[in-house]
Amino acid sequence: MTATPHLNTEHPKHNLTGFIIFLCSESVIFLAFFSGFALLKTAALNWLPPGVEGLEWRTPLLNTVVLISSSGTIWLAERCMSKGNLVGFRAFWLLTMALGAYFLYGQAVEWGGLQFGFTSGVFGGTFYLLTGFHGLHVATGVFLMGLMLVKSFIPQNYAGGEQGVQATSLFWHFVDVIWIILFVLLYVWQRS
Amino acid sequence: MTSATFPPSPPENTSWSRYFGFNTDAKVIGIQYIVTAFFFFLIGGLLAMIIRGELITPPADLVDRTVYNGIYTMHGTIMLFLFIFPVLNGLNNLLIPTMIGAPDMAFPRLNAVAFWLVPIFGALLIGSFFVPGGPAYSGWWSYPPVSTQNPLGHFINGQGLWITAVALSGVSSIMGAINFVTTILRMRAPGMGFFRMPVYCWTALAAQSLQLIGLPALTGGAVMLLMDLSFGTSFYQPEGGGDPVLYQHFFWFYSHPAVYVIILPVFGIFSELFPVYSRKPLFGYVYVCLASFIIVALGLVVWVHHMFPSGVAQWMRNFFMFSTMLIAVPTGVKVFAWLGTIWRGKLRLTTPMLFCLGGLFNFVFAGITGIMLATVPVDIHVSNTYFVVGHFHYVIYGAAVMGIFAAIYHWFPKFIGRMPYEGLGKLHFLLTFIGANLNFLPMHPLGLMGMPRRVSSYDPEFAFWNVLASLGAFLLGVSIIPFLLNMVSAWVRGPKAPHNPWNAIGLEWLLPSPPPEDNFGEHVPTVISRPYGYGTGEPLVEHQAEIENQLTLEEARA
Ligand code: HEM
Ligand SMILES: [Cu+2]
Repeated sequence: MTATPHLNTEHPKHNLTGFIIFLCSESVIFLAFFSGFALLKTAALNWLPPGVEGLEWRTPLLNTVVLISSSGTIWLAERCMSKGNLVGFRAFWLLTMALGAYFLYGQAVEWGGLQFGFTSGVFGGTFYLLTGFHGLHVATGVFLMGLMLVKSFIPQNYAGGEQGVQATSLFWHFVDVIWIILFVLLYVWQRS
Repeated sequence: MTSATFPPSPPENTSWSRYFGFNTDAKVIGIQYIVTAFFFFLIGGLLAMIIRGELITPPADLVDRTVYNGIYTMHGTIMLFLFIFPVLNGLNNLLIPTMIGAPDMAFPRLNAVAFWLVPIFGALLIGSFFVPGGPAYSGWWSYPPVSTQNPLGHFINGQGLWITAVALSGVSSIMGAINFVTTILRMRAPGMGFFRMPVYCWTALAAQSLQLIGLPALTGGAVMLLMDLSFGTSFYQPEGGGDPVLYQHFFWFYSHPAVYVIILPVFGIFSELFPVYSRKPLFGYVYVCLASFIIVALGLVVWVHHMFPSGVAQWMRNFFMFSTMLIAVPTGVKVFAWLGTIWRGKLRLTTPMLFCLGGLFNFVFAGITGIMLATVPVDIHVSNTYFVVGHFHYVIYGAAVMGIFAAIYHWFPKFIGRMPYEGLGKLHFLLTFIGANLNFLPMHPLGLMGMPRRVSSYDPEFAFWNVLASLGAFLLGVSIIPFLLNMVSAWVRGPKAPHNPWNAIGLEWLLPSPPPEDNFGEHVPTVISRPYGYGTGEPLVEHQAEIENQLTLEEARA
């Protein structure tokens, strides 16, 4: 194993470019799931499993509000960061994390009350696939925020921290947009 | 920069051992990729020999029918996911940083992780030969419902391993693509605008963009397939409301563009090599660059041409037929650019040039049968026959693999520091060219006569052409011997290579052979002109003459 000092590679802008490219390919995977969902739903003869009326939309709507406001708080946190206001950054950052955690809690409550499972036909499969895959992203986002928060307390890491904050908040907005599309597909478009 | 600090010193550690561990130097990773890929090429080739051995006589007498199904499935899968993509990523690792004057890839550690996933999923795939029930047998496209059956009921089964391996290969390729795209966008030498970039980098950028758009769809589709197979969901099962055709959309949305992921870098290789060995600038450089992205755009909207017999709507068939045919236009631009480059050039028929000429010939032939396949009535007639097998092997073996051989012979001296042997190279070329044509040409009449693919026995009326094809296949098998002999002996005791043995133009040829670990280090020269200034005498970079002098002096001293 050789450790060579790589001169220009640690250029800060690369990381963000790479991350944006990563998000582009992530959006393709969601697009694939969404178009698959639409195709299956319009083509299916029996969409809902027997005994299931449809999806309850109140908890998810509350979750939507929570997630959208967390996009606002993370924006505020980022602004504090760029102004050098570390305390404000930490406060809004923590608030965003709390909202994210609340979203996950709401999701868990919803899953717990459902009358169908992963294997209840194509309806159950697509529902759990979409919400599960998105939920995984929310959890990842909260985890990344935790990491950045810890990093903000280590002075020598703080310089590079700004970039991580930028990337994390980009990711968070992305997860938010995905959720809005998902909400429309799953809960608003109930009748085909 | 001042030329006095040039050239950078050659690599300190050149021992064999560095190729066997976790290493973040793109040049080491490139060679790791290429050697690993050829290891799997030998396994895939062995399976091909078994296939053609079975098919040399009409009855199914060599292997059992289910074993045969497993063998062609694994042949296709290994050749695509364990040979051709890894070998291209190897070339990318070697060529992209050195061609653009970067010290390494943008994310060296990610790069190494992406490489190490290859042997891991390779082991999963090869390991599936040894699980109860044997390897996957549903073909490399793995359509449900065949691929969602698990007759023995074991949780670990060939099909499950297949899907896991393919999904992992997708993850590895996405990691690679992020790295290559970032590197090309962000780390070019001063003065190297997009229209001063070598065509290979353009085609790599185009191909890797396709990976980024296509692969997530396949990976998503594969995850759903695995759930159907292992956890009883019904995304693709009509009994549960699912739709098997959805899988075909996912699969071909990636796997059609995948052919451009394979062939675009080969177009790049042709565009690099024809100018060198014709001593002429690349004809229509700008058009060749732009054509790559037109191919990307069109390549993304043609996938349904693989599904003409799958019950898709008539308007869809027509749309996808015409979009497919349109691809002939940018592709034709490239072919004419190469012909224009060779035209009245001072051709040097070295091994790399021969492989390029042979590859171009085969590619043109494959293009013609490709247009035939795009026409709906012809496709319905020959789909699932040997015509298709013949067509794509002309593309993949005839053009792509031959282009890759050309690249290996051409850049071997640069990255290994020693010269390959011309005689062995020419022998390799001759056997490959004759073998490939003898192997794959007879598949076209076979297909037109109606011989189905994926069968281990056939009607005796097909015997004649099958014997020819099998002889060609064995010739191809033999052709690998001079290649391996050449690579190993040249690496061990070939003559030392000068920094620019082919008298080529490009940043990589302004480095010592082999290049130092961080390439130009802090002394990246400033690019002042377009590549391919052959015969014009125009320098590529500032202080070019001084740099070359230094390198030559250094070589004379050594
Ligand atoms: C000595 C060289 C080769 C020979 C003799 C050979 C022969 C064959 C034959 C006879 C089949 C047909 C299986 C069938 O449909 O019944 C096949 C399938 C295939 N080959 Fe090759 N092949 C060779 C090299 C390659 C290479 C280099 C690649 C790709 C890099 C490749 C990719 C494929 C793929 C993707 C399939 C489709 C497998 C499937 O039907 O699922 N082959 N090959
Ligand atoms: Cu295609």
